[in-house]
Amino acid sequence: MLIDWYTVGAQILNFLVLVWLLKRFLYKPILKAIDEREEKVRARLEEAEARKDEARKEKEEFRQKNKDFEEKRESMMNEAAEEARNKRRELLEKAREEAEELRGRLEKAIREEKENLQQEVGDNIRREVFAITRRVLSGLASQSMEEHMARAFLRRLREAGEEEKKELAEALGQAEGKAVIRSAFELPSALQEEIQEAVCGLASTGIRCRFETASEKISGVELTAGGYKIAWSVDEYLRRLETKLDELLSEKEKEELQTTTASDGSS
Amino acid sequence: MINPDEQILWEYGFFKLNLTIATTWGLMLVLVLVSWLITRRLSAGLEISRWQSVLEIVVLGIRDQIKEVGIPNARVYLPFLGTLFILIAFAGLCEIIPEYVPPTSSLSTTAALALCVFLAVPAYGIAESGLGGYLKTYLQPTFFMLPFNIISEISRTIALAIRLFGNMASGVMIASILLSIAPFLFPVIMEVLGLLASMVQAYIFAILAAVFIAAGVREGEKNKKDNDKKQNDG
Repeated sequence: MLIDWYTVGAQILNFLVLVWLLKRFLYKPILKAIDEREEKVRARLEEAEARKDEARKEKEEFRQKNKDFEEKRESMMNEAAEEARNKRRELLEKAREEAEELRGRLEKAIREEKENLQQEVGDNIRREVFAITRRVLSGLASQSMEEHMARAFLRRLREAGEEEKKELAEALGQAEGKAVIRSAFELPSALQEEIQEAVCGLASTGIRCRFETASEKISGVELTAGGYKIAWSVDEYLRRLETKLDELLSEKEKEELQTTTASDGSS
Repeated sequence: MINPDEQILWEYGFFKLNLTIATTWGLMLVLVLVSWLITRRLSAGLEISRWQSVLEIVVLGIRDQIKEVGIPNARVYLPFLGTLFILIAFAGLCEIIPEYVPPTSSLSTTAALALCVFLAVPAYGIAESGLGGYLKTYLQPTFFMLPFNIISEISRTIALAIRLFGNMASGVMIASILLSIAPFLFPVIMEVLGLLASMVQAYIFAILAAVFIAAGVREGEKNKKDNDKKQNDG
């Protein structure tokens, strides 16, 4: 008999035991290891995919940021350029204004200087004219001319206005009747007496005149009493003329100043 | 003709240890030991040892073959079909050892394996689609096919056993005959041929078992689907 049933049973048992043993020691661990590895690989692949996605996203983000930055930069540059243009215009405007102002000031200064110069020249001329006149007159001065002048003084004294006479009388009263008559040369006694009489005629109280010579005077006669003074002399005349001329000039200057300021204001 | 069943090594009352059982134990021991030695230090990482790689190739190869037969859930059938293949292949490979008589050259062993397949087909079929679902496969395509189905079930088991036995026994027999009549070189070639034949037999046996199981499981599944469909329609 080829088949031994005892052996068949034993082999079936053996086979089933082997199936169990191999399942326990071979298939299960091997499949488990493979599964784990596949799981790991899949996880890694997924992770890699996720990272790739992330990287792509980040790249996109960076590109966007770059773009934004570029745009911003451009806008800022434009702004800055605009600002610079404005500033430049402003500065130019300011510089022009300043230049205008400076020019105006300069013109004014020049004008003033010119005026000053003119005035100075005028003053100098006037002074020179008076100096020449004085020199000429002092050269011409003499005793006989003095007498003429004394007579002119007398005439002036006699022809003095009521107001003047009153003031002189008051001054004489204050000086207790003492009056000083000054002249460049010694006056003749007849003329001195005449002057004494004329002065006495002005005041009620007795007046005593003292006659002096003052060499610094060009020519003429002068009466001082208290704080009052009445005279007729070339010096006096010239001084009066000068004063008058000064007044006239100052008035004219004032007028000019007014017209210039008016014209400045209008322009 | 050497029948390893008849070579009793040890006997005690009912128990008797013949060469077939002893050789099978030896093979089992080696297989389990090697598996244990390799799988106790398995790596789940990307770097694996060469031995692990070999085992993975074997296991995955078997699994893929089962899938190709048409069984979707290959993992369930892997231990049974895989062990069939590994045991038969290893028993055949060991023919290179002198004085070795493969247990598969004993009709008892091949009958035992064929019986296992014979029992496994309905067992898996019932596990997959229930008792009723499996029994219906015998009525396919019509009720009148029942006797033929039963005959086919039995006959293919016998064919499986005889085929494996015949091939294994013949390999050993031819080698021994040639050894007695031919010079030394010729049996070597026959030995190589025998190794190839044993591998092919292991493959055929395992694949046929897979096909039978697949047929049983698939018929059951089809019936189950039909029932579900009818219930849904109803």
